[in-house]
Amino acid sequence: MTPKRRKRVMLISLMVLGIGGATALGLNAFRQNLLFFFSPSQVANGEATTDRAFRLGGMVVDGSLAREDDGLTVRFAVTDTAEVVNVTYTGILPDLFREGQGIVAMGRLDQTGVFKAEEVLAKHDENYMPPEVGEAMKAAQRAKARVEN
Amino acid sequence: MQDFFHMGGYAFYVWPAYALSLVVLMGQLWVAVQRRRKLIRDIEVQNRDPETRT
Amino acid sequence: MWIWFHKFGSPRYFYDLAGRLIPWLGGACAVLMAVGLYLGLFVAPSDYQQGESYRIIYIHVPSAWMSMFVYVVMASAGTVVLIWRVKLAEIIASVSAPLGASFTFLALATGSLWGKPMWGTWWVWDARLTSELILLFLYFGFMALEAAIEDKRTAARATAILSLVGVINIPIIHYSVYWWNTLHQGATVTKMDTPSIHLSMLIPLLLMAAAFQLYYATVLLMGARTELLSRERRTRWVAEVIRNS
Repeated sequence: MTPKRRKRVMLISLMVLGIGGATALGLNAFRQNLLFFFSPSQVANGEATTDRAFRLGGMVVDGSLAREDDGLTVRFAVTDTAEVVNVTYTGILPDLFREGQGIVAMGRLDQTGVFKAEEVLAKHDENYMPPEVGEAMKAAQRAKARVEN
Repeated sequence: MQDFFHMGGYAFYVWPAYALSLVVLMGQLWVAVQRRRKLIRDIEVQNRDPETRT
Repeated sequence: MWIWFHKFGSPRYFYDLAGRLIPWLGGACAVLMAVGLYLGLFVAPSDYQQGESYRIIYIHVPSAWMSMFVYVVMASAGTVVLIWRVKLAEIIASVSAPLGASFTFLALATGSLWGKPMWGTWWVWDARLTSELILLFLYFGFMALEAAIEDKRTAARATAILSLVGVINIPIIHYSVYWWNTLHQGATVTKMDTPSIHLSMLIPLLLMAAAFQLYYATVLLMGARTELLSRERRTRWVAEVIRNS
C-alpha cells in the first residue's frame, strides 16, 4: 500500500471513529428522550411526569378488562410483572388489543393514580405461528402451571 | 378463492402493500432498461457523426 | 488477488461478465419470487395473533433488510472510492442509491400498512421507525449531492464521504429495538437463539429475502453496465460493443 493510500485509510478510519463516538455520546445524552414509553415500574418510581402527557407501555393484566355501560369506555390494568397501573380509555381499540398482549397508551395520570389514555396502540411480539400451534402452546403452559401449583 | 382476496378482513392493507411493491420494483427495472436503450441510441448517433467525436 | 482485482476492475471485462450474469440472476430471482409468493400467500397458515395481516411480512422484512444491505454496499464502495479511486466502485455506489431508497421506501410504506390494523396507527416516532426514515433521507441526500456536482469523479468522492458518515445509522436501526422501548417488536429471524417463527412461515420469508437480493444484484448490474458505457462512451471498446449489439 502506498503511503498516500495509507494516509487515506487513516483519515477515513479517524472520520468513522469520530462520528461513531460523537453519535454514541449524543445518543447516550438523549437516552431518556428517545424512550418511546415508560413502564409501570418507572411510573411507580415517579420517573414519568405527572403534569405532561406521556406514554405507558406494558402487558394488559389477564382478567382486568372491563367495559363501562356506555359500551365505549374500557378499564384495564397494565403491568410489567413488577408494578400495575390502572388505565381507562374511551374509543376504539386496535385489533391486536387483548388481555395478555403488550400495549402502549398515550395519556396522563390523574390525582388518584389512574392513567387516562387518549390513544391506545397494540404492541405485537416477534413470534409468528399458526393458530393451532399457538393453541397447543397455551394448553402446554396451562398444563405446566397446573403441575407447578 | 374469495377468502384469498378477502385476506381475513385485511385485504385493504395486504393488497396495497403488495401492489405498491410490484409497482416500485418493476418501475426500477423499467427505468434501467429505458436508460440503456436511450444511451445506446445516443452513442450510435455520436459515433455516426464524427463532428462530435473527440 | 491483485491480478484478479485489476482484471475485474477493467471496464470491458466487467461489462461482459455482468452481461452474462444478468439473465441467470434475473431468472433465479423470478423463480424464487414466484415460489416465495405462492408459499407465502397460499400455503403458509395464518398467524395465531395477527390473522392474515401478517402476510405483509413477506415484502416488509425483505425490503427492510435490503434497505440496510444496500447502504452497506454503498458505503463499502465509497471506502474503495476514497482509498483506491476505483471507477467501478463509483458506479456501484451511484447505481445503488436509488435502489436502496426504493427498498427503504417500501419498508416504510408496507410497515405503515401493517401498523394501521395491528398497532392502531400508521406511524409513530419510535426509535426504529425514525432511524429507518433517517436512512431514506440519507439516500436522498446522496442522490441530491451527486446531482449537484457536475464532475462525476468529484461527485463520487463527495458522496462517498456522505455515505460513510451515514453508515453509523445502520447499527442504530438494527439495535434500536433493544436499546430503547419501541412500539416496533424485536428481531424474529436474526435472534441469537432459534428464530421465533414457525417453519412454514419462515421458508417463504427466506425465499422472498433471497429473491430481493437477486433482484438488487440484477438491477444493479444492469444499471452499472449502462453507467459504464456512458462514462466510457468515447473509448474504442464501447464503439466496438455498440457496433456488435
